[in-house]
Order: sequence, then C-alpha cells, then structure tokens
Amino acid sequence: MLYVVIVFLWASILLYLLLGGADFGAGIIELFTSSKNRNQTRKTLYQAIGPIWEANHMWLIIAIVILFVGFPAIYTTMSVNLHIPLTIMLLGIIARGTAFTFRHYDAVVDDMQHIYNRIFAVSSFITPLFLGIIAGSTVSRSIDPEAHTFLDAYIFSWLHPFPVAVGLFTVAICGYLASVYLIGETDTPEQRQRFLAKAWLMNWAAVGCGVLVFTAAYWENIPLMHWVFGEIWGILGVGTATISVLALWFFAYRGYNNILRILAGFQVMMILMVATYQHFPNIVLLKNGAYLSLLEHKGNDKTIQALAWALVLGSVFILPFLIYLMYSFQSKDKEEAPVYGDV
Amino acid sequence: MDDFIAARSQMALSLGFHIVFSCIGMVMPFFMAVSHYLWLRTENIVYQNITRAWSKGVAIFFAVGAVSGTVLSFELGLLWPTFMKHAGPIFGMPFSLEGTAFFIEAIALGFFLYGWGRFNPWFHWITGVIVGISGLLSGILVVSANAWMNSPAGFDYINGQYLNIDPIKAMFNAAWFSQALHMCLAAFAATGFAVAGVHALMILRKQNVHFHRQSFRIAAIFGCVAALLQPLSGDFSAKDVAKRQPAKLAAMEAHFKTEERASLIVGGIPDAEHQKVDYAVKIPGLLSFMAHGDFDAPVKGLDQIPLQDQPPVAITHYAFQIMVGLGMAMMAIALVFGTAVFLKKEWLKKDWLFKLFAWATPIGFIAVEAGWTVTEVGRQPWIIHGVMRTADAVTPMPGIAYSFYLFTGVYVSLALVTLFMLYRQIKMVDTLYDLPTGIQEAH
Ligand code: HDD
Ligand code: HEM
Ligand code: HEM
Repeated sequence: MLYVVIVFLWASILLYLLLGGADFGAGIIELFTSSKNRNQTRKTLYQAIGPIWEANHMWLIIAIVILFVGFPAIYTTMSVNLHIPLTIMLLGIIARGTAFTFRHYDAVVDDMQHIYNRIFAVSSFITPLFLGIIAGSTVSRSIDPEAHTFLDAYIFSWLHPFPVAVGLFTVAICGYLASVYLIGETDTPEQRQRFLAKAWLMNWAAVGCGVLVFTAAYWENIPLMHWVFGEIWGILGVGTATISVLALWFFAYRGYNNILRILAGFQVMMILMVATYQHFPNIVLLKNGAYLSLLEHKGNDKTIQALAWALVLGSVFILPFLIYLMYSFQSKDKEEAPVYGDV
Repeated sequence: MDDFIAARSQMALSLGFHIVFSCIGMVMPFFMAVSHYLWLRTENIVYQNITRAWSKGVAIFFAVGAVSGTVLSFELGLLWPTFMKHAGPIFGMPFSLEGTAFFIEAIALGFFLYGWGRFNPWFHWITGVIVGISGLLSGILVVSANAWMNSPAGFDYINGQYLNIDPIKAMFNAAWFSQALHMCLAAFAATGFAVAGVHALMILRKQNVHFHRQSFRIAAIFGCVAALLQPLSGDFSAKDVAKRQPAKLAAMEAHFKTEERASLIVGGIPDAEHQKVDYAVKIPGLLSFMAHGDFDAPVKGLDQIPLQDQPPVAITHYAFQIMVGLGMAMMAIALVFGTAVFLKKEWLKKDWLFKLFAWATPIGFIAVEAGWTVTEVGRQPWIIHGVMRTADAVTPMPGIAYSFYLFTGVYVSLALVTLFMLYRQIKMVDTLYDLPTGIQEAH
C-alpha cells in the first residue's frame, strides 16, 4: 500500500510538471514575446489551457495532501526550513491564478488588462523558479535542522547556487513544454513557424540551464553525476531522452503535432525519473548526513492504507472525466462554437 | 507584533478570507442550476442570461477561492508544523477525499464554463449540478477536519504519543455532523442573502428590472429557506458544544459561575477580572434549556475550568452575540419574504421589501465570520482540544509578523480587486444582457 501512495505522489508531481508546467510556460513565453505578437500568443494560449486550467493546479494540492497525510515529518521539515521559498512560491500562485482569471473575465476591457498581463507573465516565471529552488534544496544537504542562526536555518537552506540552477532549469523546461504543446494549436504556417522557433530557443535554454545545474552540483560537491550516470537506469533515461529530442525535431518539421507532445512529455518524465531514481527513497537529504525517507518517515499503516484507497478510488472517478474534458476541447472546431469566455 | 499572535492572526485572516469564496463556490452552482433548468424548460432567454451572468461571477470567485485554498494547505505546515506532524496522519482522511471532490469540481467547472453550445444541453446542465454537489461535499469534508480539532477522536494519546490511529473514526468524530450541517446551511443563507441583496439594489435603481427580479427570486428563496432552518441547527450545535467543550460554551455565554437554572445572557460587556457581565439582559433558565434541554439543569461555568485552559471570553461572547443576533434578523426577513410569497403577493412589488434585502446584503457573511470566530477562538488555548496547545504547535521560525503584514496586504488587495471586478460585471449587465424593450414591458 505504501508503494501505491508513493506512485501517486510521484505521478502527481510529474503531472503537475507536465500540465501545470506547460501552463507556467505559456506565461513565460508571453514574457519573452515581442509586444507585436503578444496578443496572438495569448489567444492561442488561452484556447489551449482555458478549460483545463482549474484542474492543473490540483496536482500540486494532491501532492501536498499526500505529503502531510502520509509523510508528515517530510512535510513539516520542508515547511519549517523552506518557509521563505514556499511563501514566495505561494505569492506567485496567488498572483498568477488571479491575474489569469481577471484578464479573461473582466467585463470591461481597458488598461487594467496590461496590469493583469504583466502580473501573469512575471508570476509565471517566479513560481516555477521557486518550485525548482525548493526541489533543489531538498537534495543538496543544505537543510540543517540543528542550525542556530536565522541565516543558516532559513536562508542558506535554499539560497545557494545549486537550487537556483535547478530553479532556472525548471523555468526553461516549462517554457519548452509550453512551446511544444502550442505548436499544435496554431492556425497558420507562419504562427507555426514562430512557435517552432520558440521551442527551439527553449530547448537550448534548457540545455544551458542543465549544464548550469551540473556545474553548480560539481562546485558544491553534490554527487549529481553519480546519481544520473551511476547506474544503468540513469544512463538509459538520459539516452532515451536525448534520442527523443532528436526525434522531436525530426517530426516537428514534418507537421506531426501529437507525437511532439508525447515526446516532450516523455523527456520531462525521464528527467524526473533520473532525478529521483538514484536516491529513492530518501527525498530530503539533511546537512548532518541524515535523510528523510519515504519508506521510514511515513505515517502509521492504517493511515497509509486509507490514503491509498482514497487515491485509487479518487482516480477511478476522476481520470475518465479528465480525459474526456481534454478530449472534448482538443478538437479543432474550437472557433465555431461560441466560447463564452471571449464575450 | 509577537510571532505567536502573528501566526494566529495570519491563520485567521487566511481562513476568514477563504470562507467567503468557498461559501459562494458551494452555493452559486445550485442557483445557476435552477436558472439553467428554467431556461432549458421555458426557453425564456432571461434565464439563460442570468445563468451566464452568474457563471462569470462564479468563475472569478472560484479562482480566488482556489488560490486562497491552495495557500491554506501550505499554511497549515508553514505556521503550525508541530500540529501537522502529529495531526496530519490522523485528520488527513477528509483532506485526501476533499482532494477528489475538488478535482471533480474543477473538471466539471471546465465543462460547464466552456461548454455552452458544445454539448447536449442536459449534459451541460448536469455538469453544473456536479460542480455544486462536489463543492458542497468538499466543504463538509474540510469542516469535519476542523470538527476533529474540536472533538479529537480516532487515536489514543498516551504519554505524549499518538497511538492506535484510525483515520476513519477521526473523520466521523462527535462534532462533524452538527458542524457540517450548520456550515452548509450558513453557506446557503449567507450567499442567498448576499446575492438577493445585490439584485434587490439593482431593482431599486430600476436597471434591467426584469433580469434582476428573476435573479432575486431564485437567490432569496434559497437564502430564506436556509435562514429559517439555521437557528434550529444552531441550537443543535449549542447542545453539542455543551457536551464536548463546556469551556467554549461558557465563554460564548460569558457564563462565569456554574449554576442551576442558568440564565441566558444577551448583550452586555463581560468583565473577566471580576467574573461578571455588565449591562446584560438575563433570561433565567434559558441557558440551561438551550444547553441541556431542561430549565433546571446545571451549566458548567468558567469557574470550573482551570485558568490556563480558559478561552478569551470577550471575543467569543461578542462573536456569538453577533451571530445569533444576525441569525434572528435573517429569520425575521425570511418570514417577511415567506408571507409575501404565500399570502401577500402585492408585497413583492414594494420598494420596502427590496430595501430590506439590500440592507441585509452583508449580514449572512458577517454571521459566518462571527460563527467561525466563536468556534476557533472558543477552542483556545487548544489547537487540538484537550491534547495539544496552540502555543506548542507554532513554527519556530522568527519574523512571522512580517509574513502576516505581507499576507494582509495581499488579501486586502485581492479583496479590493475582486470587488472591483464584481462591480464591473454588474455594471455591464445592461450592455451584455439587455432585452429588447418589448419583452421587458410585457412582464
Ligand atoms: C449565516 C450564518 C450563521 C447564522 C445565521 C448562525 N450561525 Fe452559528 N455558526 C455559523 C454560521 C451561522 C458558522 C460560521 O458556519 C459556524 C462556525 C463553525 C460552524 O460549524 O458553523 C457557526 C458556529 C456555531 C456554533 C459553534 C459550533 C462549534 O463550535 O462546534 C454554535 C453553538 C452556533 N453556531 C449556534 C448558532 C445559533 C444558536 C444561531 C441562531 C440563530 C446561529 N448559530 C446562527
Ligand atoms: C473557513 C472557516 C474558518 C475560519 C473563519 C476560521 C477562523 C480561525 C480563527 C479566527 C483562528 C484564530 C483563533 C485564535 O488564535 O484565537 C483560527 C485558527 C486556526 N484554525 Fe480555523 N477557521 C476556519 C476553519 C478552519 C478549518 C476548516 C481548519 C482545519 C481543518 C482550521 C484550522 C485552524 C488552525 C490549525 C488554527 C490555528 C491554531 C489555533 O489558533 O487554534 N480552521 N481559525
Ligand atoms: C470551513 C472551512 C472551509 C470550507 C467550507 C471550504 C470549502 C471550499 C470550497 C467549496 C472550495 C472550492 C473552491 C471555490 O468554490 O472557491 C474550496 C477550495 C479550496 N479549499 Fe477550502 N474550505 C474551507 C477551509 C479550507 C482549509 C482549512 C483548507 C486547507 C487546509 C482548504 C483548502 C482548499 C483548497 C486547496 C482549495 C482549492 C481547490 C480547488 O482548486 O478547487 N479549505 N474550499
């Protein structure tokens, strides 16, 4: 039963990264789009993410609930020592969520739109940045439960090169995902060309940030090389991901859209697998050499059992509807039906 | 500001903010389902317009409710790590089920908001109903988590250890039913009065009268039925509190001395130092009757509760008075409206009726905030009643005061922007949903 819970935790983090990440990425792209094309980008983006928008951030909530119900020690250690980046991430979530909604539901269209757009784009950058910083901090042995000064306990637990590099990498991945997803949402060849160019750019940004992550790890003596390349699974993961990137570009110029999305999703899945596989089940590595493990620092058996059942039953209810929702709004006839949000 | 006070204030602020949006998210889908149904049945375009206008408002409220709820699920750990470390596995069951309910709600909302003209109309209608049902369910579940803090169950507390944990028993604790029932009714009453009030104001201003009259009617019926049931359920809650949390009951009533034939204290200024209440109206025997169903039963006073276990009396007492006072006022308004609907149809055209409702716009929500203050402040100094003290649960991180100022700023601006947004929605009703004059005059 414990493994059922762990699989759900992993899957909800992955899905948040894939769906929520594409949603962040859309804002990131907006941030880096010339003002001339911004309106078009925004429209494409809204058509793509509008209907599933509410559902996307549910994955984060599921992950948090799994953590505090199933693995309370892990949740509390993170909440105490990473209080500040968590708070900043929350502010990002608040700003983004409200700005996104306001700009589409404001009955009067005027200068307020600029403000919403600005807030949306900037917070789309900040939120995944801090998400990545939090993820990076958990494995970099910088959380020190015995720290005595404010700086050691609450600042240096997350503010150092490795987490920041992971944060930037997360931002790049989100941008990459969004631009690949959006290639398929474009209506004209010329728009398609624009999103292809963006995806290309984001692809290289991700590679650059990846190099940054490895450099920071090397500098801080974090055995990232060993985690990633120390075992056959890691090498296999990186290998298939690399091949799939090549395949993606092969298909991209030949007009296959759904394959592109699957490949991009596959790459992110491989990155997450490689990043978590080697030090599983230890998801928080502490400064004093101790670690918090999913197998040891768990709630009691009865709770885990109940949680596992709740998750399984929940997904039996949810998945068919979610898939139908995505399917319903996939079809290309979007323009014809009166989309109320656009009134 | 002291960090502990700051943490409590931040929690109170976040919850007090979220509850407004969650009430609307729980209840509005039902209002929409009714007008949507009327549209599908009668094909009167007004009902479609009402549904659409409301759904725009709901989308805004829903998004703000969702982000403020997300903040809460982090805040529990950010502010109360020690509490969550022990309580998480025990009272987490409703939260994990709530996750499912939210998910269904979010998916159904996607279908509903973006589904106009795309699906079979009745499938579209059903998705709206599902939004409401799953919203209500998530409200019930989260309240049952809170009820566990008031009446802990499903574990044995032995030598500081939490043993024999049973999350299902924890979920169905002694307080869950009375609290969940009272909360659901409160959500209907508060939202019903608020929505009816806004539409009443527009009727008084003679704008789109036909549109607003129909909207008013739907909201007022829901709100008034709930307001009539609310005092009954409140009485049930009070009896329940008397059993499980005598200290809270004593604080609510500013009942300092244990006595038989205890009198109900209405109004007044509690003076904790001298253990008395000044300027209050006392109704002998009524408190005994309310708490135990017997005019002569003894009611435990604060004198039987050790000083370090007593909740703040003044806040709890005032909040309780406000809730009950407003509850009575809402019941009275509901009776007037009932009379108008069943006996005196001509009242439904009178300005004074709409004025009454317009004035009553905020009172349901004030009562909700007051009621939660009673529940939460009345539980102090405990975070888990009788088991863990709030002061022992707070985060060790210093500087929470700054976090409180920051979140206060955020919530105040969010509230202002939401109001601004709502104002613009209402202002646009004219342009978006105006009817050809012929139809308007025919009614
Ligand atoms: C529209 C809002 C509203 C109205 C009109 C009332 N209440 Fe209430 N009350 C609430 C909204 C509320 C609430 C905000 O929803 C609370 C907080 C916790 C809960 O479960 O419901 C609450 C709590 C609450 C509690 C504490 C329950 C606990 O701590 O477990 C009691 C004893 C009452 N109420 C009693 C009453 C009585 C006797 C009323 C008579 C008119 C009344 N309420 C009207
Ligand atoms: C949404 C309606 C709610 C409101 C308006 C509300 C209000 C408050 C208030 C005023 C306080 C501060 C009490 C004090 O420190 O004197 C508080 C504390 C708290 N509430 Fe609630 N509450 C609500 C629901 C809940 C729910 C559903 C939960 C949990 C499942 C919860 C958990 C807590 C916790 C953990 C604290 C901090 C510890 C404490 O002060 O006891 N609350 N809340
Ligand atoms: C009595 C108190 C509460 C009630 C009645 C309530 C009810 C609701 C409802 C109906 C929603 C749906 C969103 C909406 O319609 O705006 C919602 C959203 C949410 N609530 Fe609460 N809630 C309460 C307190 C809490 C607490 C204490 C937490 C966290 C610990 C919480 C976490 C959430 C989350 C994460 C969401 C967002 C879900 C989504 O994306 O749809 N709520 N709440």
